[in-house]
Amino acid sequence: MRIAEHPILGPFEKGEKVQFTFDGKTIEGFEGEPVAMALRAKGVLVHRITSKRKEPRGIFCAIGRCTDCVMIVDEVPNVRTCVTPLRQGMDVRTQKGKGQVTARE
Amino acid sequence: MSEGLKKRGYISDEELKSGPGVPSEERRRNGPVAVIECIQCIACNPCEASCKMNAITVGDDITNLPHLDEDKCVGCASCIPICPGQAIFVVDDGFEEKRSRVMIPYEFLPLPQKGDVVTALDRSGKEVGDAEVLNVRKKEDMDKTAVVTLAVSKQLSMSVRFFKQK
Amino acid sequence: MQRHEMVSIGAGPAGLSAAIEAAKNGVQVAVYDENDRPGGQLFKQIHKFFGSREHRAMERGFDIGKSLLEEAQSLGVEVILDSVVMGIYENGTMNVMVKDHVEEVKAEKVVVATGASENMIPFPGWTLPGVIGAGAAQTMANIHGVRPGKKLLMVGSGNVGLVVSYQMLQAGCEVVAIIDAAPEVGGYGVHASKVARTGVPFYMSHTVKNARGETFVEGATIAQVDKSWKTVAGTEKSFDVDTVCIAVGLNPMSQVLRMANCKMAYVPALGGNLPAHDLNQETSVPGIFVAGDVSGIEEASSAMIGGKIAGLAIAYYMGYMEDDLFHEQRDKLLGSMRGLRAGPFGEKRAEGKRMLLEAMKG
Repeated sequence: MRIAEHPILGPFEKGEKVQFTFDGKTIEGFEGEPVAMALRAKGVLVHRITSKRKEPRGIFCAIGRCTDCVMIVDEVPNVRTCVTPLRQGMDVRTQKGKGQVTARE
Repeated sequence: MSEGLKKRGYISDEELKSGPGVPSEERRRNGPVAVIECIQCIACNPCEASCKMNAITVGDDITNLPHLDEDKCVGCASCIPICPGQAIFVVDDGFEEKRSRVMIPYEFLPLPQKGDVVTALDRSGKEVGDAEVLNVRKKEDMDKTAVVTLAVSKQLSMSVRFFKQK
Repeated sequence: MQRHEMVSIGAGPAGLSAAIEAAKNGVQVAVYDENDRPGGQLFKQIHKFFGSREHRAMERGFDIGKSLLEEAQSLGVEVILDSVVMGIYENGTMNVMVKDHVEEVKAEKVVVATGASENMIPFPGWTLPGVIGAGAAQTMANIHGVRPGKKLLMVGSGNVGLVVSYQMLQAGCEVVAIIDAAPEVGGYGVHASKVARTGVPFYMSHTVKNARGETFVEGATIAQVDKSWKTVAGTEKSFDVDTVCIAVGLNPMSQVLRMANCKMAYVPALGGNLPAHDLNQETSVPGIFVAGDVSGIEEASSAMIGGKIAGLAIAYYMGYMEDDLFHEQRDKLLGSMRGLRAGPFGEKRAEGKRMLLEAMKG
């Protein structure tokens, strides 16, 4: 899902390749890009599950205003992944409901 | 006001005929000439300044439709990458007996190669036959808009406005 | 307490243009923006702008964004990012959340250039991952180089829907259709034609009935609407898509203005609830100016000119400009603005602006 070369913008400047974990699985992304973009590039669409009706939610506005994309990042819940820069070793988890702070296994 | 544009997003051949930027059949047969398919009044005039032959006139009220002086136009295609609406083409019905040349603006990747055979599309995106890519030009001063020259069957020269690679 | 002569709220084309014009004449300016990068919507615009040379026609949005930022910085304008202006209180005092702490900021003159946010239409399945705003599609593709999806349905045929559809094609996505509940295409014909010639069909008088999928969008159904906007049974058409893009209009983000007690007026042609303002872009609250989409949904070119007028007026009111020079420059800009509001598309906006000027009196 990544655009290799754009007809107007050319190749996209990205940071270093880094590894991070998503629900325990190690995947790759680029340092500094929004966590949500690294996830989308790997085909991840569901970021959280709602409290009452247990429904899936994902990116909607992509600029940090709607909070649909929040996930648990490094044990902190309700993190807006579309405006949070990816760092090496980040731990990203699907947030179920309002989010509980969990200890790392 | 164009019914085609409002309902379907494209101008019909009939609606285009009376546009002030459309050259006559006779002029098209005499060699390359610009075809300005801009028929909606919006504030815009880069085409006027881009023409070194002063063949395009918009005037002081920049919502005027561009008018083409077909006798001054030499079909150099400088205006094609300038138009922000990608509404300008160059047509040459004098190219060969059975084929005409059509030059179109193109802002996609991958760029076709000279010699490729592509599927020609009309304004509605309908496939209308094959076309041969005669030339592909993408220079610094065109700000990333390429100009692709296609050879198409002569009767399609006023229909073909895009293409699909095979 | 931070003190500035002038503050622009928003570092998009309007806020930056106001800052540049004021700073050129000696005003000390700070610009606050809630995002981590300036430029507003400019950096997502990869098409060439319309207008004339003075309207920066032929330049691509992101190039204009870069040059505005460089110019502002070269004039000593301070651009502070990751900062949310939470409110404007009496005497022009503002509370600004700068990253993680709150600062009190006082400015003699404020230009509110907060832009607009996207409208939404609810339909069954609208909360599924894969239903995104048109702005989101632009952000993902043009800023981050990630395709929002493989196959996309565009809802809305105004300039945003048309331009974003074209940008999605350039990004390598397939656009299965552009639909609009209105009977006619809302945006410029040339924007529509660029997309139509690639084969994307337009369905006017159609609305989205639902988006379907287990945990994300796997398909969507559209249906024709009658004159009362009700769907017509038997006209359903389904598409295999993984993305439904919503482009149904923009709404000015006028919260700080309402909070500051500026007189507002409802002008549908310009996007909704808008601040009344005079020809110098000043609202009913002296010292508070507006520019860009928050003063009426128009285009980047109008945003830049409106911003310039506000910046000039501020420089003049603060005594940095001579009477004659101010009027000469401002009148030139007003003429340029009139040019943008001509023609069938511009007329409605011009009328809307007249209503906002009228509302200053009531």
